[in-house]
Amino acid sequence: MNFEDYQGIWVFIEVKDGEIVPVSLELLGAGKQLADKRDSELAGVLIGENVKHLANTLYEYGADTVYVYDDPIFKDYRTESYMKALLECCQKYKPEVILYGATSTGKDLASAVATDLPTGLTADSTILDIEEDTGLLLASRPAFGGNIMATILCKKYRPQMATVRPKVMKALTPEPGRTGRLVEETASIKEEDIRTKVLKIVQHTTKKIRIDEADIIVAGGKGLGNQKGFQLVHQLAETLGGAVGASRDVVEAGWVGHHHQVGQTGVTVTPKIYFAIGISGAIQHIVGMQNSGLIIAINNDPNAPIFQSSHYGIVGDAFEIVPLLIEQFKQAFNREVVDHV
Amino acid sequence: MLHIVACIKQVPDTKIIKMNPKTNTMDRASAPAILNPYDAHAVEEAVRLKKRYGGTVSVLTMGPPPAVKAIRKCIEIGADEGYMISDRAFAGADTLATSYALTKAIEKISKIKPVDLIICGKMTIDGDTGQVGPGIARRLDMPPLTSVNKVEEINQQEGYAVVHRKLEDGYEVIQSTMPCLMSVEKEINDVPYSSMTNMLKAARYQPIIWAVADLEGIDRVQLGLKGSPTIVSKVWAPTKPSGGTMLEGDPGEQAEKLLNVLLEKKELFTVKGGDNS
Amino acid sequence: MSEKFDCIVVGAGPAGISCAYELAKAGVKVLLLERGEYPGSKNVMGGVLYRKMMEDVIPEFWKEAPLERPVVEQRFMMLDKESAVTFGYKGMEWGQEPYNNFTVLRAKFDQWFAGKAVEQGALLVNETVVLECIVENGKVVGVRTDRPDGDLYADVVVLADGVNSLLAKSLGFHKEFRPDEVALATMEIIKLDKKTIEDRFNLEENQGTTIELFGDATKGILGTGFLYTNKDTLSIGVGSLLSGLIKHKIKPYELLEYVKNHPMIRPFIAGGEPVEYLAHMIPEGGYHSMPKVAGNGVLVVGDAAQLVNAIHREGSNLAMTSGQLAAETVLLAKEREDYSEHTLNHYRSRLMSSFVGQDMKKYKDSTHHFDKFPQYFDKYIPMMNKAASQMFTVDGSSKWEKQKKIWKDVGTAGEKLKLARDAYRAWKVMK
Ligand SMILES: Cc1cc2nc3c(=O)[nH]c(=O)nc-3n(C[C@H](O)[C@H](O)[C@H](O)COP(=O)(O)OP(=O)(O)OC[C@H]3O[C@@H](n4cnc5c(N)ncnc54)[C@H](O)[C@@H]3O)c2cc1C
Ligand SMILES: Cc1cc2nc3c(=O)[nH]c(=O)nc-3n(C[C@H](O)[C@H](O)[C@H](O)COP(=O)(O)OP(=O)(O)OC[C@H]3O[C@@H](n4cnc5c(N)ncnc54)[C@H](O)[C@@H]3O)c2cc1C
Ligand SMILES: Nc1ncnc2c1ncn2[C@@H]1O[C@H](COP(=O)(O)O)[C@@H](O)[C@H]1O
Repeated sequence: MNFEDYQGIWVFIEVKDGEIVPVSLELLGAGKQLADKRDSELAGVLIGENVKHLANTLYEYGADTVYVYDDPIFKDYRTESYMKALLECCQKYKPEVILYGATSTGKDLASAVATDLPTGLTADSTILDIEEDTGLLLASRPAFGGNIMATILCKKYRPQMATVRPKVMKALTPEPGRTGRLVEETASIKEEDIRTKVLKIVQHTTKKIRIDEADIIVAGGKGLGNQKGFQLVHQLAETLGGAVGASRDVVEAGWVGHHHQVGQTGVTVTPKIYFAIGISGAIQHIVGMQNSGLIIAINNDPNAPIFQSSHYGIVGDAFEIVPLLIEQFKQAFNREVVDHV
Repeated sequence: MLHIVACIKQVPDTKIIKMNPKTNTMDRASAPAILNPYDAHAVEEAVRLKKRYGGTVSVLTMGPPPAVKAIRKCIEIGADEGYMISDRAFAGADTLATSYALTKAIEKISKIKPVDLIICGKMTIDGDTGQVGPGIARRLDMPPLTSVNKVEEINQQEGYAVVHRKLEDGYEVIQSTMPCLMSVEKEINDVPYSSMTNMLKAARYQPIIWAVADLEGIDRVQLGLKGSPTIVSKVWAPTKPSGGTMLEGDPGEQAEKLLNVLLEKKELFTVKGGDNS
Repeated sequence: MSEKFDCIVVGAGPAGISCAYELAKAGVKVLLLERGEYPGSKNVMGGVLYRKMMEDVIPEFWKEAPLERPVVEQRFMMLDKESAVTFGYKGMEWGQEPYNNFTVLRAKFDQWFAGKAVEQGALLVNETVVLECIVENGKVVGVRTDRPDGDLYADVVVLADGVNSLLAKSLGFHKEFRPDEVALATMEIIKLDKKTIEDRFNLEENQGTTIELFGDATKGILGTGFLYTNKDTLSIGVGSLLSGLIKHKIKPYELLEYVKNHPMIRPFIAGGEPVEYLAHMIPEGGYHSMPKVAGNGVLVVGDAAQLVNAIHREGSNLAMTSGQLAAETVLLAKEREDYSEHTLNHYRSRLMSSFVGQDMKKYKDSTHHFDKFPQYFDKYIPMMNKAASQMFTVDGSSKWEKQKKIWKDVGTAGEKLKLARDAYRAWKVMK
């Protein structure tokens, strides 16, 4: 394997319902820094049906080149078809690095591609860097349940691959009108070679604000005692117009569904305001919310680690503070609304 | 009759693992070794499918000798047979080398009894990657089905399976040919309290253990540390953000101070807050 | 399905394990049931393992058992609020084979010991709670567990379920404890660097010290405390009679916090990090509260039979010996094919003629004695401290004068007489 042949930073562009998934844009932002350091090109690999037009957005977010596989066969994500396209693209254009979002799709695809190439794959990275001279990717990630951070290297193989957690990297400010090079490709895969079919896609239709999109999250932990106590979180969330988040212990206790879990094994969130009520602040939880705009913690234990990670802290009993807050907030808000008129 | 192989791993319970703050190393001895929690769900799903369609469940692990304990745990859940590959040559494997070794073992198991379905956990709590399952699938040229949170149907006659794959905001229903490999989410099932019959069986159970030499046509270069493209170059403690302002006073005062903080961001609340008042 | 065993042993502590070990060794089909995740996971013990009784079960066990440190020094500290009188013995002969005794951590030790029983052929099932004995026609024929299809049958059931033995109670073998029959002990395991431990306790590498604490360790409530050195941890704990705790309205962990902050103790544990907290009961009723230990198809061993020497805080050794004796009796019953109370009662006689019975009798009044006369703890120990302080303070007065003063401080002639009488009494119950 001649490492010289492998050049450029690639990002697998995930498309959902005809739109680019945010993590892909974030990765273009991260990829741009790596590409600049290596003085090489940043490319997006765009696979799907009727996706070609999305290339323009990718240029605006920093891509120099977009490899596109636009074909009805790629209508739905399926491991075999997408993998085949990406493998062929890889073999033809030999990138130095490929980044994927650590989503169901990104992780699935990356694992398959890594095995077939074969090459090393670092999962769930949260920090990326590259050695300017050698092109060695330094992908760092939490390991052992978040107890440690580890930097993973892949010295003997190219391309180097990593999946990256959503919401960890920052997308560039789009540069309207920026353009790049479009490389249209066709994959050799045929429908009859693919052994899976997507029968249907079911979207959760709940009106509830999704926590990874919410501006305000009110999250509760084991400190609320039981499911009934946890209602306090729902109440505050409703009053503030926010989404409900939870620690893993709460989810495991069944007080609230899985998709509310914030943290390493849940969702990473970056709301403008994050409330942590009765949450101790285990590192696995912290990694999922530490980039929030404003973090407010309420905990009756002055030594709870959560206070280390919050902008404002209240030592006190949630059952006392939160109802007071709800009441005062409602009052104040009435005043505000009246003032505005 | 289905033959299902569940891949399982013994892991340190990372929830209670202790770190040496000076050296940043893990005191592995401080954490008891447990069956990877996700894998318990994998085995349970295999057992449920066995009950639904008939067949046998084998579990497979690669690990050091004490991992026999994890196999016994699986027998408690209801697995019929346990295989373990254990050899110094496997040590230090990353996901690529692990999936290679496990694939070789599955090939050998298939010779004893053809394998229809492989089930893995979503991920291990020490490796945290979720890459081993799909890796095995690719090597055995089976369709990998990741993030499975429901098995709707298995039709052995016609050779297909229908499963739900969890997505960020819902799920998709996939039909795949068999044999295939699934990695399953935790919510796919609840692992019930094992019956006494299974407990006694497990207490007596001796797994089948293979060393590298027992696996045919194995390429030693692809095993363990040697066969692992990734290496860990540096380990450090995650940085903890430093604390902010504490809002003091009696509960009423605290709430009021907090309210003032919130009111600084009042643009966030205008619409929804008003509705509620 | 309900499988039948020759013998089912409930509880994998020292008593249950040694019983199962002996039976398995003799080829008996034995099942050992434990409710914890693994043997030792729920067990509490300050941590002195006596070599002799363990050796009776597994000769030269020290060559492979996970022991912490062989004990080369035993100290006794009589604490007052800000002082202590210490005495003890240290001997290097205790640092060599066959050793005298060892500190152990039960979580490790029990697991290993149970593994040895399994090697002998015992079947061990963890994470299973025995709910009750199955009794048919006045005879125990098996046990009911909390698992689906969880009934199990056996010729004989050995109850080794520890101090609170709900099972023996449900058979009516003994009554609910009176608060003055059990002590509540709390302990902590404190992590401390190996080298620091050896420096602080003045130890050679891998040797251990035990310190027994009296007096102010329990704020004057009847009870004792201890501080033992493990490999890289310390075990510190206090125990006192439930009745005392109730009377003084003090919570057990408060007592533990108190000892940990005692000026005589604090320096030993300074800088250590508590890694485990445990609480447990110790039966202290002595000989008088021993329950019935044999019935039709059933035997009771170890703490479940209240076999604890409260004064010397020995228990694991009595437990092991009782387990062994129970095993011998089961073998006898098997030979006779008779598991009636009549045959099984051989266990009781063997027990009573062994050191277990001897010790139980010898100390039969000790706890009660100290309980009835609190002055030992709240008066004499402080007095001793004061005396020592006066004796050793160099202030120009002669030793003779000092002794005269100390004797005067004891009080009036009546009080002096009382002291003499109490000393005699204490000597009598302990001797
Ligand atoms: C591999 C791995 C992955 C993990 N992933 C995640 C993850 O994604 N997300 C996650 O959250 N966790 C995760 N965890 C679990 C994590 O380690 C913690 O166990 C968990 O976050 C603790 O939840 P908690 O803070 O709700 O509960 P606890 O730790 O029990 O904290 C409860 C808190 O409530 C406080 N409290 C009690 N009563 C009151 C009251 N009346 N008023 C106010 N405060 C009160 C207490 O002081 C305490 O600080 C993971 C663990 C591992 C090992
Ligand atoms: C703080 C403290 C310090 C001590 N220090 C010492 C010391 O230094 N040296 C010494 O020799 N002794 C000491 N002892 C006493 C000693 O710990 C006990 O005497 C000894 O453990 C008794 O052994 P056992 O097997 O009878 O009971 P245990 O060790 O209590 O074992 C009983 C077992 O039965 C299990 N069990 C209970 N109920 C059920 C059920 N229903 N179903 C299934 N399983 C069940 C329990 O989980 C447990 O594993 C100390 C005790 C305490 C509390
Ligand atoms: N050493 C191993 N032995 C058997 N199965 C394993 C091993 N390592 C990983 N697996 C399987 O692969 C899944 C994903 O593991 P990982 O990629 O390490 O997160 C696990 O849930 C197991 O089902």
